[in-house]
Amino acid sequence: MPGEASALQLVLSGDPALYAIVRLSLAVSLSATLLATLLGAPLGALLALSRFRGRQLIIVMLNALMGLPPVVAGLAVYLLLSRSGPLGSLGLLFTPQAMVITQTLLVLPIIAALTRQTVEDLWHEYRDELDAMDVGPLRRMTTLLWDARFSLVTAVLAGFGRAAAEVGSIIIVGGNIEGFTRTMTTAIAMETSKGNLPLAMGLGLVLITLILVVNAAAWAVRRAGQRFEHA
Amino acid sequence: MATPLHPGVPLPIVMEDVHVNLGATPVLRGVSLRFEAGAPTVLIGPNGSGKTTLLRVAMGLLRADAGRIRWGESDHAVPERCALVFQRPVMLRRTVAANLGYALAAAGVPRAQRPARVQALLREVGLDGMADRPAPRLSGGERQRLALARALARDPAVLFLDEPTASLDPAATLAIEELVRRVAAAGVKVVMTTHDLGEAARLAGEVVLLHRGRVIETGPASQLLVQPRTEEARRFIAGQLLV
Repeated sequence: MPGEASALQLVLSGDPALYAIVRLSLAVSLSATLLATLLGAPLGALLALSRFRGRQLIIVMLNALMGLPPVVAGLAVYLLLSRSGPLGSLGLLFTPQAMVITQTLLVLPIIAALTRQTVEDLWHEYRDELDAMDVGPLRRMTTLLWDARFSLVTAVLAGFGRAAAEVGSIIIVGGNIEGFTRTMTTAIAMETSKGNLPLAMGLGLVLITLILVVNAAAWAVRRAGQRFEHA
Repeated sequence: MATPLHPGVPLPIVMEDVHVNLGATPVLRGVSLRFEAGAPTVLIGPNGSGKTTLLRVAMGLLRADAGRIRWGESDHAVPERCALVFQRPVMLRRTVAANLGYALAAAGVPRAQRPARVQALLREVGLDGMADRPAPRLSGGERQRLALARALARDPAVLFLDEPTASLDPAATLAIEELVRRVAAAGVKVVMTTHDLGEAARLAGEVVLLHRGRVIETGPASQLLVQPRTEEARRFIAGQLLV
């Protein structure tokens, strides 16, 4: 098909417009994943090791938020950042920063919930030994996060996968402005509706390749971690 | 009064009328014991007699519902220089050396001293050459030796061992028993549990027989294992089932 040939040509020729979109997409999704990891991993570990009233409710809510509809997250951030919203004075609406905030909100529950489960399981295994070694609360948390690192990397990659594939919320808060907030997913949606299939398909090829690489990385990390699992 | 074996670690450990319930089930029922400095004390008794619970309470991992535990002649919190090796020790998901490094760090050993201490501990328990092996992949005997090394990283004055040779083959059992003998000879007070009366005879200075959460009989190994005073102890030593 001519469309497929042109798409491949765009990818292989290093088309500047296409790769500008790819770079922005990666910058937004990687920043959001990094932020969500820095916030979500300690939050999940804290939740795993703490006991307080309402903990179960928070766990249920966190698990539910893993399925948060992206357009709802986008709408919430839009209302916060719009001119009349509480954070409107920051002037972040329709900027890459707004897209990072929205994607962070979507990825954070995934990383926090998976960290909570992983760390809690490991805590049940380690508890007696760490108690016998008189390990304090902070060291417990860092120990569990470190020893669960292979599982947690998989959680982080799952979060990145969600961020990279997301379209609904970032159209709302980013506005899909060419050269500024246009990402692979928003560009694919728009170019398809315009009938510019080669660019849409080229971006689709890059996106699929990216998702394949992320999954391959998750598999490799899992394999590396098996070395430290019980025989 | 017994002289403290190590400065800062008061001995004897004295348990007075200690009761522990797990849920509604009484596990220890009025246990009174005294662990003096010297040769290992070995706790024997059938499954469910309360041996493991007794170690956990003495170590401070479990709170007694009633009664008193004293380290030395006055009330003390459990001192830092005691360690417990569990029947099925959990290996941290790290290398053998990293497991020891972790135990040393937890014991407050300065970072600069750790590599040399790790090597010394590996030699002590016969795991030299295995420093880079993933600890969870070790055999049962090797795990017990690494767990012992982790406990020794705390430079303990009192070492609690919960069935350290359970489900090990004779060669691994021999290696662990030899280690226990060396540790005890170095002045560490060892309090351990076992199902194996032969092991008790080989290692114990004093033996305590527990049944259904009560102390049935205590005495020197040479006396209790040969001429027990109570009927229950006689039956247990003769290999009959205590129910």
